[in-house]
Amino acid sequence: MFRYITRRFLETIPVLWIIATVTFFMMRLAPGGPFDAEKQISPEVRARMEAHYGLDKPLFEQYLTQMKHLLHGDLGPSFKYPGRTVNEIIADAFPVSLELGFEALAVALVFGLAAGMVASLKQNSAWDHVPMSLAMAGLCVPTFVMGPLLISAFALHLDWFNAAGWYFPRDRVLPALTLGAYYAAYIARLARGGLLEILNQDFIRTARAKGASMRRILFKHALRGGILPVISFLGPAVAGLLTGSFVVETIFGVPGLGRYFVTAAFNRDYFMVMGSVLFYAGFVVALNLAVDVLLVWMNPKLRFE
Amino acid sequence: MIDTSSMAKTERGASFWQDAWHRLWKNKLAIFGLAVVTILAVLSFASPLICRYIIGFSYDQQNLALGPVAPNHTHWLGTDPLGRDLLARLLYGGRVSLMVGLCATVVSLTIGVIYGAIAGFIGGKLDMFMMRAVDILYALPFTIFVILLMVFFGQNIILLFVAIGAVQWLTMARIVRGQVMAVKRQEFVEAAHALGLRRTRIIFRHIVPNLLGPIIVYATLTVPEVILLESFLSFLGLGVQPPHSSWGVLIKEGAEVMEEYPWLLMYPGVMMALTLFSLNFLGDGLRDALDVRGSKD
Amino acid sequence: MALLTVENLCTSFHTRNGVARAVRDVSFQLERGETLGIVGESGSGKSVTCYSIMGLVPQPPGRIEGGRALFDGVDLLAISNQELNRIRGRRISMIFQDPMTSLNPFLRVGEQLIEPLLIHEKITCRAATTRALAMLNEVGLAEAEHRLNMYPHEFSGGMRQRVMIAMALITKPDILIADEPTTALDVTVQAQILELIRKMQIELGMAVILVSHDLGIVSGFCNRVMVMYAGRVMESATTEDLFYDTKHPYTRGLQKSIPALQPKGEELYTIPGMPPDLLRPLPGCPFAERCSHAVEYCVKEEITLVEVAPQHGSACLRVQKENLSV
Repeated sequence: MFRYITRRFLETIPVLWIIATVTFFMMRLAPGGPFDAEKQISPEVRARMEAHYGLDKPLFEQYLTQMKHLLHGDLGPSFKYPGRTVNEIIADAFPVSLELGFEALAVALVFGLAAGMVASLKQNSAWDHVPMSLAMAGLCVPTFVMGPLLISAFALHLDWFNAAGWYFPRDRVLPALTLGAYYAAYIARLARGGLLEILNQDFIRTARAKGASMRRILFKHALRGGILPVISFLGPAVAGLLTGSFVVETIFGVPGLGRYFVTAAFNRDYFMVMGSVLFYAGFVVALNLAVDVLLVWMNPKLRFE
Repeated sequence: MIDTSSMAKTERGASFWQDAWHRLWKNKLAIFGLAVVTILAVLSFASPLICRYIIGFSYDQQNLALGPVAPNHTHWLGTDPLGRDLLARLLYGGRVSLMVGLCATVVSLTIGVIYGAIAGFIGGKLDMFMMRAVDILYALPFTIFVILLMVFFGQNIILLFVAIGAVQWLTMARIVRGQVMAVKRQEFVEAAHALGLRRTRIIFRHIVPNLLGPIIVYATLTVPEVILLESFLSFLGLGVQPPHSSWGVLIKEGAEVMEEYPWLLMYPGVMMALTLFSLNFLGDGLRDALDVRGSKD
Repeated sequence: MALLTVENLCTSFHTRNGVARAVRDVSFQLERGETLGIVGESGSGKSVTCYSIMGLVPQPPGRIEGGRALFDGVDLLAISNQELNRIRGRRISMIFQDPMTSLNPFLRVGEQLIEPLLIHEKITCRAATTRALAMLNEVGLAEAEHRLNMYPHEFSGGMRQRVMIAMALITKPDILIADEPTTALDVTVQAQILELIRKMQIELGMAVILVSHDLGIVSGFCNRVMVMYAGRVMESATTEDLFYDTKHPYTRGLQKSIPALQPKGEELYTIPGMPPDLLRPLPGCPFAERCSHAVEYCVKEEITLVEVAPQHGSACLRVQKENLSV
């Protein structure tokens, strides 16, 4: 097990390096620069600004410099917000996105697992069809439709929540629901499928022959195997939650990293883009490793290899 | 002994595909999905004709004097702030969205099937290497790269197809590889081998038909994901560019004026949700019908 | 009074292609401490009969159409699931054919072994574990403490079946139903498992229903044997009577088919024809199509099990009417 973890960890380092390199060259080779939009400044001033940030040096030299900085954990300055470093911006914005992501994940897990469990126990009844149809709806209505709809219904018409902002605890509700809905739906379907497959196995019949109640069968026997597909999904789910937050943060005015990332890309804020990409990628890779380790641990056959 | 030959009726065997079609036909939701998708596809691809002869407006025909109006007799679904007819834009947008969906799915299918088939068929070290690559790639937030690609390299619709398709191929590769390996191991392949059939014959007559099932299912399920991704990009301003429109663009425009002109968000939203619903139901139905593992009665 | 009385049990499966009547009007009795063997080919309904008694028939496609199963004054087919759970695993236990798939691969053996105790008795985990250890020793598994913490996939087939037996008998039930317990095991292990069941049966004084397609196994183990075909009971007698005074052509056919009993060097005997499709109504005697003794009325008249000799029932119409000798 320990060897598995170290091996995976060592694998991620070249991966992150490749990501950094690809991102770097993609950005520099793309048309447009960070100061093109500033129509007020003269070409000389622009040249001096570029020199200030080292943008006039040969490309490969800039690449090496950046790599060196990255190894020291220095993500560089931001062009759009002069005076602030990327590290600072991420330190401010990422916890917001993280909180939103967690809350959305909680929504997804609670609703999704509950729906999946009920549906699997009462297969082909109303308890199955209704939650699964709702799940289908959750999959088919995109976040940027659901968001405005929820705002319209609960914030504007019913006035239960604010339409935007991230100041009070109750500001978390609508964004978390919007972001979590798709994943709740996906998890519900996965959980139902996984549980059904387990519930059809012989050892469940053995448990029933022992006189076990339905609750015991579900929680002690079925769940352990049944949620494996849900856990497998968590890796890509978190990746999706992070990226999905771009839209949700825009709609609800949440000051998270996602919004900064997209604007930075538009503004050719090179260091900001690199910083965000590496941060996200690193986070997702780490989480996937955790999920894979968890999966191996949960399957007794694999645990002792 | 009693002669019972007259009692037994000769049973007509059904081929795998006939059996699957029969099962699909019984699944009302899936057939509903198929019907809706077909109708939508026909309407969308015939949209130029429909726009010209039935509706009377084109998707980019502005009427600034008119401005945004609610649905009425002239404009059946209303107009947007530039006076453009919503129904026309919806149909045209559908064409674009469905096309993106189809093309990107074809891209991901091609890459995924070739990759997965090679890995599965050759097996061994190559397979291990290829699958590790897939595992690593799977972990990356591809969407971020697509965003970067679209931001930096401009709004080329071909690039859009390729970029979106490139996000989805991983799952297809995994499935195809799994299926190839499973089929390879099955006894009937050994039996064919024992009968002396040549390798190519084995591949085409035996393995490929078994691949078609999962490929069809996951292709059908990829299309809605692709459409969602495209509309996500459009919402960020990265997807389809004006004057073209897709459902994503329409939804974005509708969301901006949601309070004043709700129909501009509602109709595109419903249309897209309906399409995605239908594709998902169809995909589920196909999965149940074609997946032999699933049928247990 | 008999320990278990089954009367007119009918179980069907409602499939897409029609209704498969797996158990058609089956009746039998089981006395305290008796060993009853149920023999038949695949599809004869022997397993479904036992599942029906235990309430393990999956109810969406399956349905118990009628009959009673009286155990200690209670009709098992009529009580609620909750009440049935109090009997299953405590007073009637069942072990299954494939020990590999019958144990939960995600749980340790110890957890699964103490489960019947935790469900049915007010007992602490520790006390239950002590009893589990004792039980493992009883069934012949050494290093019991070590074994409790292991997972099923770390055991061999024979050991797993021993665990299943321990799990079934830990609550000292009145009846053990063993559905083809040795079919999935190596020949050498088969005898050991049967010996183990016999030993436990004598110790606990319980009744055993042994289901098998192997007439040889059943004959070595059981007091009484019931032969089933196409969902019906064809013959029911003591083991001795079944072999030495056979009163049904199907039973005779089964005996003739045992390879070991046939003269060497000659073609092996098989009963001509195939088992019938249970989706068809099958009027009259279901075996008539393949029976060398069949006559006109065999396919017309409904068959029932009738006592044709002391403690010896046969469903063969010709044996009943003309005392046909098979």
